[in-house]
Formats: sequence, structure tokens, C-alpha cells
Amino acid sequence: MSELTFTLLRLGYLVLLWVFVLSAVAVLRRDLAGPRTTSGRRRRSELPGPAATPAPGGGAPRAPQRGGPSRLVVVAGPLTGTTIPLTSSGVLIGRAPSCTLVLDDDYSSSRHARIFPQGGQWFVEDLGSTNGTYIGEERVQGIVPLAPGVGVQIGQSVVELQG
Amino acid sequence: MSMLRPEEGAPARVAEAVLLVVALALGMGGMWMVGYSLDDALPEGFWTYSIVLAALAFTTHIVLRLRAPYADQVILPAVVLLNCLSMATILRQTGVVRDADASRHLMWSALGMAVACVVLFVIRDHRSLRKLTYTAMVVGIVLVILPLIPGLGREVNGARIWIYIGSSSVQPAEFAKIAFAVFFAGYLVANRDTLALAGRKVLGLQLPRLRDLGPILIVWAVSLAVLIGEKDLGTSLLFFGLFVGMLYLATDRVGWIVIGLIMFAGGAVVAWSIFSHVQLRVNIWLDAFNPELVEGPSFQLVQGLFAMAYGGMFGAGWGGGYPSFVPFAYSDFIYAAIGEELGLTGLLAILLVYLVIVQRGLRHAIGVRDGFGKLLAGGLAFVMALQLFVVVGGITRIIPLTGLTLPFMAQGGSSLVANWIVIALMLRISDAARRPSPLPTRGALAEPAPAVVGGPTSGAIEVGGGRPVQAGTEAGAGRGVTPDDATQIVRGVDR
Repeated sequence: MSELTFTLLRLGYLVLLWVFVLSAVAVLRRDLAGPRTTSGRRRRSELPGPAATPAPGGGAPRAPQRGGPSRLVVVAGPLTGTTIPLTSSGVLIGRAPSCTLVLDDDYSSSRHARIFPQGGQWFVEDLGSTNGTYIGEERVQGIVPLAPGVGVQIGQSVVELQG
Repeated sequence: MSMLRPEEGAPARVAEAVLLVVALALGMGGMWMVGYSLDDALPEGFWTYSIVLAALAFTTHIVLRLRAPYADQVILPAVVLLNCLSMATILRQTGVVRDADASRHLMWSALGMAVACVVLFVIRDHRSLRKLTYTAMVVGIVLVILPLIPGLGREVNGARIWIYIGSSSVQPAEFAKIAFAVFFAGYLVANRDTLALAGRKVLGLQLPRLRDLGPILIVWAVSLAVLIGEKDLGTSLLFFGLFVGMLYLATDRVGWIVIGLIMFAGGAVVAWSIFSHVQLRVNIWLDAFNPELVEGPSFQLVQGLFAMAYGGMFGAGWGGGYPSFVPFAYSDFIYAAIGEELGLTGLLAILLVYLVIVQRGLRHAIGVRDGFGKLLAGGLAFVMALQLFVVVGGITRIIPLTGLTLPFMAQGGSSLVANWIVIALMLRISDAARRPSPLPTRGALAEPAPAVVGGPTSGAIEVGGGRPVQAGTEAGAGRGVTPDDATQIVRGVDR
């Protein structure tokens, strides 16, 4: 093998090595753009890959409006700091283990209240609780719109929607 | 789930297949160039090596499609590339360097991949390993102690880390690494709250209670025993580093790292002042080019440095170096041998490939939902990174040289098989992490949940008026997640 061919092969080999590394990194870049897209920019055209597999069942209700609140945060009470990601199916709060947010609180009812989206707006609904659900000093009657950052008192806990 | 059919909707793993082809092409290209630059002919056994490696790599690929269809697509090609490069390097040294043996290396690589496939087949869910927490502890300690048993262990090149069964030798510490990772993950996931919260605060550091420290002290004692009894700096550093790293992952307390570093520094100073072989290692490291040392103890290190310097930026090309000048160029110093022939450009590519593997491990530790899986994936990725640092740091004279092996590259059966098991576990966890689930990932923001029937939008809820109780029932029944899942979300919040 001539000196020139050897040199070319030697450098070509290194190029191929870096082609591998860069294509591996290119595959990884999908992940960075993966499920963490929250602000406005959605994943480009549903890339192949598990994270992008469309949810089964079809006809799932639309997610809450973009730019709307993305999580429910407990800001007071024993569970302070607890964060629950919001989904289109809403959050059920109460003492029953089947609730999305389970409160270990004697002042809350087993199915106390729920917070759910409808038409791009979030609502809170008292589910006939014994001690009531309060926004500020006002007791929630039926279904009331809930803006992000407004505290909802349930038993000893206060929850609020956050962006 | 059907036994032998890919799950519906699972990705076809095209990216993995394409990357595998590139990785195998690099391996074959390396072996081809070795043959043509040394003898101007195909190296002996070229087709055997190529076909066996390709067949095994694609078998593993198919096993993944069947058994872990959502698993990470980059890890396997990256590891196969490293394995192929080491195959080419060792093939290049076979016949030139004493004890370099490509056919044995091929056998061990094949065994490693086969074991990885078996692990993927047998372990369907990484959480089943949690039941083995304390079994793993016992297994780990036994494995570590085995070389100390007279008759079984033997001292080779100053370190007593091998056991001999008949004619074959095994380095049990490589397997102990996995056992300890499983034990630490299981132990810490159960005890992290007491470790993180109980105890007094001293100087702004949350110190743990003494009784919670028990297992930590056991591990410290084990790693000290390794250091003293087996004279193996690297392994003892690896175990202790693994534990401190996983403690930090579990508790998020910087205090643990401080305590760990202090304990390590203390142990290191004591070891340095007591043991002559540790002093020698330090002298070699600080004063490698001392004329008194160059001809003796630091010969290997200095030859390795010269080899890498000869490689320069772009290397001497496959077959262009002088691996016979570096002692153990096929195992402990394979990094220097590769640097000689592929140059800095090649070494950086290899380091990046390792980085990709470690990054994938840590990424899936974030993605997976159960605490045990998080700790196990994080721990395995961390221990690989630490091992890489200790080996490469030792060869490049950043830290004192220790006797660890470069994962997937050094010739040596135990290391290859053990690291393939690590990769199989990582792939298993990554499958769990990436599998689509109605549950949002902890800490991540929610994807639209696949609510099934009667979500709030489908029912007519009159805003302002409404029938509270009925609407509530609907909310309960209509949520996309089952009650159990819902409880899990809330538990999930506890970090």
C-alpha cells in the first residue's frame, strides 16, 4: 500500500469515526427537544420515537391551552411544595386514595373538589364538601373560573395553578 | 404481550440499526487497515471476527426489538463501536505483543453480548432486582473477598484481584461493582428519607445519625479491605465513589459528598503513609521522568506518554505504532496504544462515545419513574464515568495510575462481560423510561394525557349552575388514569 493511500485511509478513518460520533449526537438531539417542550414551541412534526408515539385511544380531549397553567402547586398545608402536572382530565382533590391529590387532612372531604379545564379556561368545583372550598374569603358555590396564581383553600391546604 | 413479536406501535429502531452498521464498518475498516499496513493482506481471521461481531451485534439489536422495544437507540451502537475498536487494536497487537490474543478477545466479546441478551430476556422489569437488595450486598462482599482466600486468589503484578478456577482467571471486583450498584439503589431508595432528614446540623451540613451510617461504614470498610488486602487502589476508589455518588443522587445533600471526600482523603493519606506501593505510585505520578524511575517503575507510564505523543493529532494510522514498546498495551494501556495509532482526534472521538453512553444512563435515570430505577441507572452511569476517569486520568498522568480496565476496550473477560451486563441493565431501564405511559414523568411537565372516555370536555358542564355531585362522579370515572395510577402520581411527588 502506497504512502499516500495509507495517509488518505488513515484520515478517512478518523472522519468516519467522527461521523459516527456526530450522528449519535444527532440522535440524542431529538431527546433534548423531546417531552420537555412546554413553551409554545412544540416538537417538530412528531418525530419517530417513543416519546412521540401518539397516545392510544384517539380523540383525546385537547390539552389545556398553550401558555396556560401547567401545574398545580400546593402552597400551604402539610403537603406544601407538592406539584402535580396538569392534564386535560383535571385534578381531583380529597382524602380518598383514588384522588389525584390525596390530602391527609381531617378537614377535607374524601372527594372534596376538582380543578379542570374547559374551553381554554380552568375551573374549580366544590364536590359537596363538608367544610367547603374557599377562594380568599369566599366559599366556592358550584363551578367557578380559576385564574393562575389564585389560592384555593381546601381543608388546611391551599393550592394554586401556576404557569 | 406476545412472546416473540415486537409490540405494536413500538419504534422500528432504525437509528440503532444504521448506527450499528457504521460502528461495524469502523471495526472492519480498522481490522482491514491493520492487515494491509502490516502485511499488505487481509489479517488472519478477518472474516471470522467481522461476521461474529456483526452477527452478535444484530442479534442483540433484534433481542432489543423484541424485549425492550423502547430502549435507547444509541447505547448499543456506541458500545459495539468501542468493542470493535478494541478488537481491531488487539488484532493489531496479536503476535507482536506478548499475551495479546484476538481470538480470546473475540470469545469474551461474544460471551459478553450473549450474557447481555440473556439479561435482557430474563429481567423483564428492572424493579424485580429490588427484591435482591440484600442478596446483592452479600454477593458483592463475597466477590470482593474471594481473591483474599488463599489458594483461590493469587497476586499478579502486585495486586491480588484475581481468582483462579482451573486455568481460567476471573476478576470478581468487576461483577461486585454491579452487585453493589443494585444493593445501594435498593438500600438508598428505602432509607433516603432518614438519611436526608434525620440527624443534626453541624456547620450548615446535615449530618446523618450514626445508626443510619451503618451500611456506609460497611462499604467503607470493604473498600479499605480491598485497598489493604488486595493492594488495589482503583477498585477501592471505584466502590467508595460509587456509594458516595449514589448517596448524593438519593438524598441531594452536598454534605455527603463532603463527608465522602474527607473520608477518602483521610484513607488516601493513611494508605500513602503506610504502604510502600502507594508511595511508589504517587512518586511515579509526580516524578515520572525522574531518571531513577524511568528505567524501572515508571517505565510503563512514560512509554504510554511517548506512544500518545508519537500519535500526535491524527495518529500514526492503524498498524503504524509500536505497541510492543508499551507494557500491557493490550489491557491496562490500550488507551495509549489507541492514541498512538488514531491520535488525539481518535481518542477524543472515543471519549465522546463514552460520554454519550454515560449521558444516556443519566438521562434515563431522570426519565424513569421509580426511585430504584433512577438510582440504579444513575449509579451505573456514574460508576462507568468514574472508572473511565480513573483509567484515562492514570494513563495521562492526571492522577496516580491504578489498575482499573477501560470498559469494553481492554482485553480481559471479566471486565467485558461485567460491562455488557451493565449495558443490558441500562438498556432495560431506558426501555422503562421511554415507554409511553399515561402518567407524566416526575418533575416533568405533563404531556396531554390520553383520557379515554367522558373527559370533562365531552360532558356538558354548565358553568356557574351545575350539578355538583353528578359532575364530580363524572370527573372520577372519566379520568384517563386509573385510581391506582393516580395515587402513584401523588406518591411520585415525594421526590
